[in-house]
Amino acid sequence: MLDAYPESRLAHALLWSFGALVLAFLILPTLIVVPISFSGSDMLEFPPRSLSLRWYASFFGSADWMAALRTSLILAGLTAIVSVPAAFLACVAMDRLGGRLASGIYTFAVIPSVVPGILLAIGLFFVLAKLRLLGTLGGVLLGHVVLAIPVAVVVLYPAVRRFDWVQLQAARSLGAGWGGGIVGIMLPQMVLSLVSAALMAFLSSLDEAVISIFVSSGANTTLPKLMFISLRDQIDPTIAAISTLWTGLVVAVVLLFAARQRP
Amino acid sequence: MASPRIALERVRKVYGRHVALDDVSVDVRPGEFLTLLGPSGSGKTTLLMAIAGFVRPEAGLIRIGEADVTRLPVNKRDIGIVFQNYALFPHMSVLGNVEYPLLLRRLPRAEARERARAALARTQLEGYEARDIAALSGGQRQRVALARAVVFEPRVLLMDEPLSALDKNLREQMQFEIRKLQQDLAITTIYVTHDQREALTMSDRIAVMNGGRIEQLDAPQPVYQRPRTRFVANFMGESNIMPAALVEPLGSAPPLDGTLVIRAENFALERDAAGGDGIAIKGRVAAYAFRGETWHLRLKVEGERELLLSIPSGKSLDQAGITIGQQLTAYAAARHIHRLDGGPEP
Repeated sequence: MLDAYPESRLAHALLWSFGALVLAFLILPTLIVVPISFSGSDMLEFPPRSLSLRWYASFFGSADWMAALRTSLILAGLTAIVSVPAAFLACVAMDRLGGRLASGIYTFAVIPSVVPGILLAIGLFFVLAKLRLLGTLGGVLLGHVVLAIPVAVVVLYPAVRRFDWVQLQAARSLGAGWGGGIVGIMLPQMVLSLVSAALMAFLSSLDEAVISIFVSSGANTTLPKLMFISLRDQIDPTIAAISTLWTGLVVAVVLLFAARQRP
Repeated sequence: MASPRIALERVRKVYGRHVALDDVSVDVRPGEFLTLLGPSGSGKTTLLMAIAGFVRPEAGLIRIGEADVTRLPVNKRDIGIVFQNYALFPHMSVLGNVEYPLLLRRLPRAEARERARAALARTQLEGYEARDIAALSGGQRQRVALARAVVFEPRVLLMDEPLSALDKNLREQMQFEIRKLQQDLAITTIYVTHDQREALTMSDRIAVMNGGRIEQLDAPQPVYQRPRTRFVANFMGESNIMPAALVEPLGSAPPLDGTLVIRAENFALERDAAGGDGIAIKGRVAAYAFRGETWHLRLKVEGERELLLSIPSGKSLDQAGITIGQQLTAYAAARHIHRLDGGPEP
């Protein structure tokens, strides 16, 4: 790509510094919370004047934070478990039907990802109120699944389209039932996409705050919601500690997956 | 257990307004190699898929042995199928592919492995057991597909244009290998192709299909030499179909009537070379081409009709040469002249 530019040291230097600036701008706000989380002070301050682990202790020692963490992890797990099979079936339907019906299903499945989150949250609030599901885990789960399905469909659809359906006919001719063919022949060929889709669904739920703020409450408060509430009520570096852990977790998962994907 | 017969009785399949199978009845004998030959859209693949169980006919019966399998699901029919693009499982090794049907049948792993190896040895694939499917050539994939289709000792074998993806030399070699394997196993086999030479080479009998019907069901020689319908005559290589009035009987040949079929290679340019008395037709050379073993001529005869001639090369024609517009007389012996059943000349 650099070949397109004139052979000039200045042009190179400018290009590289511009690239570095963009990267710094993207990464620094995330990284800045790391030193803050190790601060000994009661305030969010940068750079920290003293170092301690007290905010990590405060996070792990708090029953409220721990309950919210538990809720978030369970919710993210359930979101992956529900949305990936649903997205897989939608992809199969799109691939088999083809044509306008397929693009219709695709649009329908992906709409939640382009609708403003706040609209979705308000809509969901009224629907869940009608169904008396407000504040329940099931209610939040519904919202998160709606948001995770577009992600999972986008990841899974190319894999399903690549699949040669004659292989299922072959499996059937060799003695497999429908289920046996799908589990033994089809799914193993798209393991990587299925794991990616599950991971993306998991992370999308873990990260989701707007819907949670609207429809989760009490024992089912999620971690992002509790973080927002605590930021509003009192500012202390526990938030920074959680953010650091969070970022670490996401980076670790992504790196692990990237490493597995390489061979 | 000997391989059973396959009987189809008035099998019918309709897609919208298109009649894919028009009351087809066939009786495939035990151990027979039957080829369904026809152009695309003739119904040959639909018929094969109906026997396999992937297509459910609207009417009719399909029997394998004595059992009516018309409503039996594919995986209960116990049929080996070789698909056009092989449909091998890319996430399994060669051995994994061939073991798959055995493990589905809950054979002990060791026994499955042994039988899969034996099947691979039969198709000359010893030493390839651990290979990935992606690392195989077209011919090797074909052999894996074949081994996988016969390893579980299915009652009958179906093949859907299995050689269409291979180049010519390999295709001819595989024709003989498949035929030999089929004869060794003595397994009733239905084979689909649009290649008439392949059908002639491999089959015990050929069913020539057109428009969802079987036009002629016969051994290769009769299908080739005595086509019963205009379609079969046209489909089985280069034939000339003409009214008897166009030809001039020679010598002791009996008078002719109706519609005649004469194959391009049965013409000669000298009366003696035709191999007996028969007919003569005069015409002018409209086009010619050298095809290696033969000269290919188009002769314009009375009434703007064109005659196809295929004359062996390496003889007089090579020295004499041909020119466009040249007057020639084509001769054919009586035994090479075949009269079509019914159907007026259009």
